[in-house]
Amino acid sequence: MAKRIEASNVSSYYGSFKAIDNVSMTVEPKTITALIGPSGCGKSTFLRSINRMHEVLPNARIEGRLTIDDQNIYDPDVDITAVRRMIGMVFQRPNPFPTMSIYENAVAGLKLNGVKKKSLLDDAAEKSLRSANLWDEVKDRLDRPGAGLSGGQQQRLCIARTIAVEPQVVLMDEPCSALDPISTLAIEDLMFKLKDRFTIIIVTHNMQQAARVSDKTGFFSIDKTGEPGRLIEYDDTQKIFSNPSQKKTEDYITGRFG
Amino acid sequence: MGDNPSRSGNHTAGDLDVTPRHARGAGSGVSPSSHEEPPIGGGGALPKKSRFSMETGFRGLSTSAGAMVLVIIVAIAIFLISKAVPAIQADHENFLTYNRWSPNEATPAFGIAVLALGTVLTSIIALVVAVPIAIGIALFLSHYAPRRLATPLGFVIDLLAAVPSVVFGLWGRDLFQEPVRDFSVWLNHYFGWIPIFGGDGPFGQSLMLGGLVLAIMVLPIVTSLSREVFQQTPGMNEEAALALGATKWEMIRTAVLPYGKPGVIAAVMLGLGRALGETIALALTLGITWEISFNLIQTGGNSIAANIANSFNEANDTGRGALIASGLVLFAITLIVNMTARAIIYRRREFRDSAA
Repeated sequence: MAKRIEASNVSSYYGSFKAIDNVSMTVEPKTITALIGPSGCGKSTFLRSINRMHEVLPNARIEGRLTIDDQNIYDPDVDITAVRRMIGMVFQRPNPFPTMSIYENAVAGLKLNGVKKKSLLDDAAEKSLRSANLWDEVKDRLDRPGAGLSGGQQQRLCIARTIAVEPQVVLMDEPCSALDPISTLAIEDLMFKLKDRFTIIIVTHNMQQAARVSDKTGFFSIDKTGEPGRLIEYDDTQKIFSNPSQKKTEDYITGRFG
Repeated sequence: MGDNPSRSGNHTAGDLDVTPRHARGAGSGVSPSSHEEPPIGGGGALPKKSRFSMETGFRGLSTSAGAMVLVIIVAIAIFLISKAVPAIQADHENFLTYNRWSPNEATPAFGIAVLALGTVLTSIIALVVAVPIAIGIALFLSHYAPRRLATPLGFVIDLLAAVPSVVFGLWGRDLFQEPVRDFSVWLNHYFGWIPIFGGDGPFGQSLMLGGLVLAIMVLPIVTSLSREVFQQTPGMNEEAALALGATKWEMIRTAVLPYGKPGVIAAVMLGLGRALGETIALALTLGITWEISFNLIQTGGNSIAANIANSFNEANDTGRGALIASGLVLFAITLIVNMTARAIIYRRREFRDSAA
């Protein structure tokens, strides 16, 4: 169910602007990896490069090599939609489809992939909503609009929608930044639970969150605006937060950055 | 959707309105002789709120503007009914079913049947042809075309809406009629067994020609409104669909079309409004006959608005009343269509309102 992600010498561009420079890291299956760093340092760009959402923007491209279990994600013969099914993504702001009910949102990915049988969809909806710790809160109103839920519930609905297609890897781009502390805690609990089944990579601005949930942490930084972001240090979370080997990392996590 | 920004906009406006008064009042209350400017937050006693402010003024203005709409609608309805009723009473035939229009005789006899049928049929042809094309163009402009192409193309389409209807009418009559006649002959040859394409001719100035000209006329309005709503699809919903493994077309089907549906329905209704009310283009392209017929391709057809344009000059008092009565029927058709559309939009309202 979970696969290894390997990046070697990845640089991402927006047109002629280089957003990240020469990032290499290996993410092991069934682990949680946190990417931290100041705004604009390219951690979201790197995340979006992994499931090829980066190239949705015009003129965006990458150099280097990204693989999932040794298969090249950027192989020209690879079906992009298959990559994205295999590597799911949860966004910064909860984005359930506004015209769909809770149920329809949960199974949207399956429907896109041609699953039509009602019983299969029903099972998948319940399973994914249960996995997202949302089932008990919504089981009596599955036909209500997904956008009518609270922010935290919406984000869990988006997680349910993502894991309903049974991806190998789940990318989360600051999933809690629009949520209150209680909802954040609910998502963090959920991440621990999902770790048994998925490889999770999360971008976060919240260093306590990175320290709480992740096994490994990557610290990105930029020298100044206009320069590409770089991966400064990538190591066990424990080590990054107790005894980082780079001065920049230490400055950032102790709040002495800039 | 746009609620929050506008609400906060109001707050700001209110605050700005209050602050200078507040300051002035505080200054004059505490030290009337002092020339020193009080701080903008006010320093002294809380001033009374003024009874007549810009706030009440604007509220009055917008309320009366809203009320004006009702007054105008009611006035139009009263005018139409007061002129129409005497004429219908003078009618010696059934107004709804009779298929001749002779209201100026000593024994007036006229009926709306042919006219209403022609109006509805040409409008249906127009929408059936125009709406799919318009949605296609709108999607192309909003999601497929590169910006360098989309902007000028959108401009050209908006320009199409600026062409006067009489030009469309003349063009349809003098140029477009030939290809439509050929097309009608072809339809008649292969699909003549379907009653609407049957008949022995002559073909040409038919409901089909009128409907197709109308289709071109409603195309720009449906296109540009649809493009507008498609462009407003939240980017994060499009990304959500793509991240689930959707192709571009699947993304459009999942995120763009459902989101834009109420807007597209509204656009179609505006287009239909134009089609139903269109006068001169149909007066020039239809064959103007008085047979009740569903045949779309034989020369013939008539419409309410075209008939009003054609008959108004030679109409006497009863004749004018009869024409106004036909206008009332047009009004009713438009009203029914609009209310149906609103009902369709209203049904999924909770999904719209919660999509803030």
